[in-house]
Amino acid sequence: MTLFDKLWQEHEVVALSERQSLLYVDRIFLHERTGSVALNGLLENGRAVRRQQHAFCTMDHIVDTRPGRNDDTLMPSGRDFIVATRSAARETGIQLFDIQDPDQGIVHVISPELGIALPGLSLICPDSHTCTLGGLGALAWGVGSTEAEHALATSTLRVTRPQTMRVRFVGKMAKHVTAKDLILYTIRSLSASGGAGYAIEFAGPAILALPVESRLTLCNMATELSAFTGLIAPDEQVIDYCRGRQFAPKGSAWEAAIRHWQTLQSDADALFDSELQIDIDSLKPQLTWGTSPQHCIDWDGEIPRAGEAPDEATAVAWQQAQAYMGVTAGHRLSDYPLDAAFIGSCTNSRLSDLREVADYLTQTGHRVAQGVKALCVPGSGGVKRAAEAEGIDAIFRQAGFEWREPGCSMCFFAGGESLGEGVRVASTTNRNFQGRQGLGVRTHLGSPASVAASACAGHLLADMTS
Amino acid sequence: MTPFTSHRGIAAPLLRDNIDTDTIIPSREMRTVSRSGLADGLFAPWRYTDADARAPRPDFVLNQAHYESASILLTGLNFGCGSSREHAVWAMMEWGIKVVIAPSFATIFRNNAMRNGLLTIELESDRIEWLANWVSTDPRVNQLAVDLEACTILSEAGREKDGFQIDPMARLMLIDGLDEIGLTEQSLKLIEDFEHRDQSRRPWVYLNDSH
Repeated sequence: MTLFDKLWQEHEVVALSERQSLLYVDRIFLHERTGSVALNGLLENGRAVRRQQHAFCTMDHIVDTRPGRNDDTLMPSGRDFIVATRSAARETGIQLFDIQDPDQGIVHVISPELGIALPGLSLICPDSHTCTLGGLGALAWGVGSTEAEHALATSTLRVTRPQTMRVRFVGKMAKHVTAKDLILYTIRSLSASGGAGYAIEFAGPAILALPVESRLTLCNMATELSAFTGLIAPDEQVIDYCRGRQFAPKGSAWEAAIRHWQTLQSDADALFDSELQIDIDSLKPQLTWGTSPQHCIDWDGEIPRAGEAPDEATAVAWQQAQAYMGVTAGHRLSDYPLDAAFIGSCTNSRLSDLREVADYLTQTGHRVAQGVKALCVPGSGGVKRAAEAEGIDAIFRQAGFEWREPGCSMCFFAGGESLGEGVRVASTTNRNFQGRQGLGVRTHLGSPASVAASACAGHLLADMTS
Repeated sequence: MTPFTSHRGIAAPLLRDNIDTDTIIPSREMRTVSRSGLADGLFAPWRYTDADARAPRPDFVLNQAHYESASILLTGLNFGCGSSREHAVWAMMEWGIKVVIAPSFATIFRNNAMRNGLLTIELESDRIEWLANWVSTDPRVNQLAVDLEACTILSEAGREKDGFQIDPMARLMLIDGLDEIGLTEQSLKLIEDFEHRDQSRRPWVYLNDSH
């Protein structure tokens, strides 16, 4: 059996048809944009949260991230979402990590940080990046608001079983290559729809070597492959990571949990519906040039020419993306001056991400180039406090970065904040869709180190040696 | 949920792959804690030359007179990828779309659509191109007739017939307009039995008030 098969079986309440089962949902996490709709729907239909202790909510998607924030946002109606969520959370009796709560932060950053997400748990959130938690070996996937309402009311979901895929990474990552580069390269290789209909297990020696926070980054972007979810078998590193966290089991329950988690891996003879191997020995830092995460090249590669496209539809898509991005086929990304840099989001706002940037800034002594607006938004109150205790905030500030309060922020102009039309931004986020970071904003995705190096160079760059 | 059995209407071709939910309804267009008031923001990045002034872009398909009452969308692969926002489905339905035909859909979008009575049909891309060509020769006359009971799409005044496959459970939910939560609530005993077994197997999963 594969790891996914085991998790599926463990959570199956009843098979509804050949392909669909009623699955038990161990944890539900909501946020104020889509969770508010789910909670309101529940209340309007006269229903209650079936297991309040298993449901949580945070403020991350709309809340302002500027220092001294309150319920107001740049978007005039932002306050309505915040107030409605607070009221619905109170009425339904679920725990809310409100704006002033020390543990408030981005849902997929705080759920592992607080031990709400754990290996083997099923966890849903009305948010596509819920697959992040697969990095701990959780069965975690994104749903819509109506499905979240279903889970709140019944502790279950009706789920169509995906097929299984295993992507094995072999070889060793070069210095300055990160989990972000690994997943961008995987999307580039498989395409933005290459994971459709699959639960993807990431495996291989390179994965075992990855620290837990990097595994979260890797699984975070499984949704950009259109996969049902991504997951990695939990190992000793993961167990060490979970130990002692606020909602993690304690005492004999912890010992029992560990014994169970140690069984959560694909059997040696497990059969996958699809298998793929990716050699990462010569992998370089990756940057996107277009409007889909699959529009990705080596940092020093050429922007592709329509004539090289595999088919007509792709050629047209490339031309449209290049027109929007204001880039020219055959050029390199370093040809384009940068207006902004953003370090944050559920992909790359954890302590290890901020350390990666702080190390780069300290070692090179570089500062953000003149004319570049640079922002760092820590993923949670916990990350922010830990970073400040290490003096990371001072390093960022001295280099010319703004240091913000936790939230999703500029990943999708949360709360109505944007960079401006035509602005070119290097971003540690997960989506470079047209208009994602604001009307007309041109997004280039990369790792925290690549984004920091680009911010300091004043143009797109991922050569950390210079 | 309103039951869906069959539908005949004008089909608009928007043949691009990987149309994401940020394009279907940008974050800035989701202004209220509600499932309505979203039609105006549908495809805003492509529909308007100036999103604030709502100045229509004449070359965008849904702005063209022939398609302004379109109720079927013909589109490319991986439709609805990206954000899980159900607002994409609500915006499309509020605008008047009842059926989306694509070579493939992003899973969350497809699930959201089914739960709101928006029919998603998977069809091979060459057939979608053929249908797009046929409807565009005279969109108001060359309408498509979709039958969910028979799982067919009729075109060419019934002379052309495309069959499609759909998950039997999804089909039933749509045809009967079922309330899925109400349906699952009938299985409450099974859920309680599962929890009873599971609590001895995975006791650490069940949090109590001590937290």
